[in-house]
Amino acid sequence: MAGSDRTWRWVDGLGIFSLGLGTAQVAAPGAMNRLVGAKDTPENRAVQRWLGGAREIAAGIGIETRRGTTGWLWARVAGDALDLTLLSLVLADPRRRPDERRRATAATAAVLGVTAADITAALRLSRGAVRETRGRGTGDMAEIEAKAMITVNRPIGEVFRFWHDLENLPQFMAHLQSVRSLGGGRSRWRAKAPVGMEIEWEAEITGEEIDEFIAWRSVPSATVQNSGEVRFRPAPGGRGTEIRVLLHYRPPAGKLGSAVAKLFGEEPGQQVRDDLRRFKQVMETGEVVRSEASPEGTRTRRLIAQRPAQPLPA
Amino acid sequence: MRANCWTGKNSVEVMDVPDPKILNSRDAIVRITSSAICGSDLHLYNGFIPTMKKGDILGHEFMGEVVETGPGVTNLSMGDRVVVPFPIACGTCGACQQGLYSVCENSNPNAPIAEKLMGRSPCGIFGYSHMLGGYPGGQAQYARVPFADIGPIKIEDGIPDEQVLFLSDIFPTGYMGAELCDITPGDVVAVWGAGPVGQFAIASAKLLGAERVIAIDRFDYRLRIAAQRAGATDVINYEQVSTLEALEDITAGRGPDACIDAVGMEAHHDIGPLHAYDRAKQAAGVETDRPHVLREAIMSCRNGGVISVIGVYGGFVDKFPMGAFMNRSLRMRTGQCHVQRYLEPLLARVRAGEIDPSFVITHRMSLEDAPRGYEMFKNKEDDCLKVVLSP
Repeated sequence: MAGSDRTWRWVDGLGIFSLGLGTAQVAAPGAMNRLVGAKDTPENRAVQRWLGGAREIAAGIGIETRRGTTGWLWARVAGDALDLTLLSLVLADPRRRPDERRRATAATAAVLGVTAADITAALRLSRGAVRETRGRGTGDMAEIEAKAMITVNRPIGEVFRFWHDLENLPQFMAHLQSVRSLGGGRSRWRAKAPVGMEIEWEAEITGEEIDEFIAWRSVPSATVQNSGEVRFRPAPGGRGTEIRVLLHYRPPAGKLGSAVAKLFGEEPGQQVRDDLRRFKQVMETGEVVRSEASPEGTRTRRLIAQRPAQPLPA
Repeated sequence: MRANCWTGKNSVEVMDVPDPKILNSRDAIVRITSSAICGSDLHLYNGFIPTMKKGDILGHEFMGEVVETGPGVTNLSMGDRVVVPFPIACGTCGACQQGLYSVCENSNPNAPIAEKLMGRSPCGIFGYSHMLGGYPGGQAQYARVPFADIGPIKIEDGIPDEQVLFLSDIFPTGYMGAELCDITPGDVVAVWGAGPVGQFAIASAKLLGAERVIAIDRFDYRLRIAAQRAGATDVINYEQVSTLEALEDITAGRGPDACIDAVGMEAHHDIGPLHAYDRAKQAAGVETDRPHVLREAIMSCRNGGVISVIGVYGGFVDKFPMGAFMNRSLRMRTGQCHVQRYLEPLLARVRAGEIDPSFVITHRMSLEDAPRGYEMFKNKEDDCLKVVLSP
């Protein structure tokens, strides 16, 4: 994860660099010509502005909007090659003065450095070391990972049995409407999504060990590819049961995908933590705890839009 | 019903609101017969506790009569007279089972908000901000009481409201403050703040066997009640004498064995510039609390002594004398009171005539007059110490 973050920061840097350089080339082609040691003629200004500047801006926008980022990075590499060719023409020109030659050499060195950065980033992305996602756009979505843990002051057997009956999950997983057992380790899950959408999928138990863990995954035909596992461990000194949950979701492209992404909010971990908080309440007190300001119990969305602490209207 | 609601900084209003309904199976609805304004309500009134919302019903010291119970409440029935503890606690989580009711792990549905500010969440509290649950309070005609099978204590005889009402908060809070001092024979206990909680801390320190109890405040009428009614052996008006010097004198240079902070986040200071420093930082939001009492308690406490903090703090303090605290083997013990723990034993003390908690009451008014009660209490008008409201 840290590695992929680094790559993205790098890519971001290149995108911003493209935008900055492109803007300078379009706005002040004469100054840019002088900077790289080229002759400041009207033709050279046109080359600087349109062949250089416009190209850089297009690449910058392409990279920053995360649409076909890898392609735009390779386009940058091609552009770098073009720049190097133009600079070599300047260096090969016997009419250039020594100071112009020095500037052209420095510019060539700079472009070589940038080319290396472009190639590295493009290779990393092409190799698929990093999923080309990260956004809330409608393109391919990254896999969402969420994990959370809690200690429940109940014996491990009771906690395991409650969770093992998957039909109990909607009691504390706020986004689930229902889970229906189909027998043979298969179950049908239905979730509420924002904007009145409903999502349904079928899941199967992929592994379980009594009082230790339960793992499940959506069947391959499901629109929302997801999997999860919950691990149980006795807490030390009779402190109840430690529960650790790990969920993976791969929302599909398109409108449904963004609905799923919204469902998990900006921080998917918070939703799972809230689910576990409600799970603990159900196990320890028998039900989800409600206040007048949060009548549905702990809900991420309700936390930011509280009712006043007054009884609900009749 | 009518209820006293927070409507902004320095502003409360009695208004019409819907009647409470059962939301959880272990709820009860209580028709309130007496309710009080707490010193900690002034922190809300003065705007120092974050996450208040316009229209929030205030009040966490109340008692009354059960008028409805959810299916999960089997120990209470209609008509039972009950005092309701201010911490809402489930009774079954790990904290409750250790008797740490005010850090109940289940009673705050808004725990994620509290966690942002405090790392972990304490329990939910009636009428005490959204980060502590967003529960309507008891300065009203009715209140919903969650986990009614765990909290409320039944009062079965005709003992008047005024003698048992304070079991809801200030008597147990003051008592716990004294209990945290582990008082042994010969101990000198200094109590900062002679407000209602301070009065009960002083009285409790005496009940628990302290040799001398020193009351520190700047209002003579409060110090007078401390000496005449709560049992303080010495009083210090810090606007007239230096607290540190007076404590040196009383303890012959040892320092008090235990120091109780019954003031909290809005402390005043006898040294003008230091007070201005904390006021300015608090106003600018760089520190939320003015820790003057804590600093003074740490500097004056005997080596190896105890600092017991029951005054309410909200966030962060500055210039905390950690060096003195560490090098001199001091201990600090704190907490919102675990009221449920103290209900039975303190009711027994009241019945045995060891204490009559009504000695702190100076003003009685109707719920409709709550806004005036807040102003009087805040400004210490008419020697105000404790206001009781009847709906």
